[in-house]
Amino acid sequence: MNTFRLERAETVADALRTIAARDGQTRDGQTGEVKFVAGGTTLVDLMKLGVETPTQVIDINRLPLAGIQRTEDNGLRIGALARNSDVAHHADVTNDYPVLSQALLSGASVQLRNMATTGGNLMQRTRCVYFRDTAMPCNKRDPGSGCAALDGFNRNLAILGTSEHCIASNPSDQNVALTALEATVQIASSTKGERSVPIGDFFFLPGDTPERETVVEPGELITSVTLPPPQAGAKSTYLKLRDRASYEFALASAAVIITTNEGNIEKARIAMGGIATKPWRNRDVEVALEGKPASREHFENAARILLSNAKPRHGNQFKLELARRCLIHALTLATATGATDSTGRDGRAEQ
Amino acid sequence: MAKSETIESAASLSSGSGIEVAFKINGKPVRLALDPRTTLLDALRETLQLTGTKKGCDHGQCGACTVHVNGRRVNSCLSFAAMHDGDEILTIEGIGTPDNLHPMQEAFVEHDGYQCGYCTPGQIMSAVALLAEPCGPSNADVAECMSGNICRCGAYQNIVAAIQSVRDRHVIASVRDRRVILSEGATRSVAPESKGHRNT
Repeated sequence: MNTFRLERAETVADALRTIAARDGQTRDGQTGEVKFVAGGTTLVDLMKLGVETPTQVIDINRLPLAGIQRTEDNGLRIGALARNSDVAHHADVTNDYPVLSQALLSGASVQLRNMATTGGNLMQRTRCVYFRDTAMPCNKRDPGSGCAALDGFNRNLAILGTSEHCIASNPSDQNVALTALEATVQIASSTKGERSVPIGDFFFLPGDTPERETVVEPGELITSVTLPPPQAGAKSTYLKLRDRASYEFALASAAVIITTNEGNIEKARIAMGGIATKPWRNRDVEVALEGKPASREHFENAARILLSNAKPRHGNQFKLELARRCLIHALTLATATGATDSTGRDGRAEQ
Repeated sequence: MAKSETIESAASLSSGSGIEVAFKINGKPVRLALDPRTTLLDALRETLQLTGTKKGCDHGQCGACTVHVNGRRVNSCLSFAAMHDGDEILTIEGIGTPDNLHPMQEAFVEHDGYQCGYCTPGQIMSAVALLAEPCGPSNADVAECMSGNICRCGAYQNIVAAIQSVRDRHVIASVRDRRVILSEGATRSVAPESKGHRNT
């Protein structure tokens, strides 16, 4: 692992001041990169692999950002340092946003969820094996070096939102649920103050700059994630399909939040994971369901729209069928008679 | 090598580029000066000679390095030791001794919950933490809660049996609609938690 300097920040202002002062500082003739570290589950892993090589790391674990509180409009503000396990088991989350709890509990292991944070998970990096291997070309890690995944091992990679430069999938479960929930991300900087970014605008498509993944710029810090007020009567589920039953990344996943009225779908919020370069929401899929009966025919149609622009490679062709079934099954679970709006137990039992 | 000598040599090795950290390990205050690259796992094994905690994958994928930090189980390979200033760390050495085994250690012996033994300290640290977590009652629930600990010998069935036997012997109480097992082990390993929520 490359050497780096570790500093501890005590407050948000302290962290922002430190990163503003250090960013771009040179060390050993090279421009230094500064990283915040919270749980460490992604960053420390990638530093060991030589994929992340910051010269300065700022420990933000002491910042007072771990709280989970109701907002004035009955939404929920989740601090950036709230651990995945605390969020997943928080009564306001299990009662009002069960899809987020389910998504979090489907990810990683208990140990990792005890470490991983809400803000850190928003910045989670891809599990593409070529991104993680510095001996291989990767446009995301080393822009312009090429993409070994296009014709290499790409079973776990994206079929939606890809470009000729990158097909890396976003591995997060949390972010799929946050996308369906239409969350907002609060980001602070020492120069620009705080800004709020809708989750739908937070992630970039790879295009010809796959190294740029989110709107978070150098010197900025995610401080919280805000959920809108829960939808009355909404039913939801998070369905995750993977190579083994636990402790594995999604090959395809779906976060589905549905309100129905006398058998017709009033409002649909759908995000997919494991199949795209970012948490994938396509408004056309939701529009195709809204105002229609909650029936197999319309679920099939929604899946057709979802996958109409999919570009699978040789190793992930199967995801066309897997994603289709994942969405249809998730919609079936969320709209089934007896599906509850508070626990999502029916959906969970199927995972 | 005595522990005090170890700590001293570590301090002199890293003087200049080192970072100081003070934490409690198994109840004892420890102050170290470390290269910032030192993970909590390496500090335990290499600096403090607490080699009960094992290094498996070193990437958070196997669970062999599981320890408790402030009462919750974590992968010690995935954080830098210097991030734990002020923390209370519990390792397998703090759970029990050969003469005075923790009930979970006894159960692993009783149920043959290991073969080669390399993953066992991590399995036991996870299992002890599980006693105080919102884990459901079935074997499948236990398997899910233990999925972060890989056993390449495949002793899983016996590990689940060992854990269930400890849970059976202790009081089952319902706390906030969740089944939480109260046990000696839990009392010993769980630190005060914020807002009264149980950890995962």
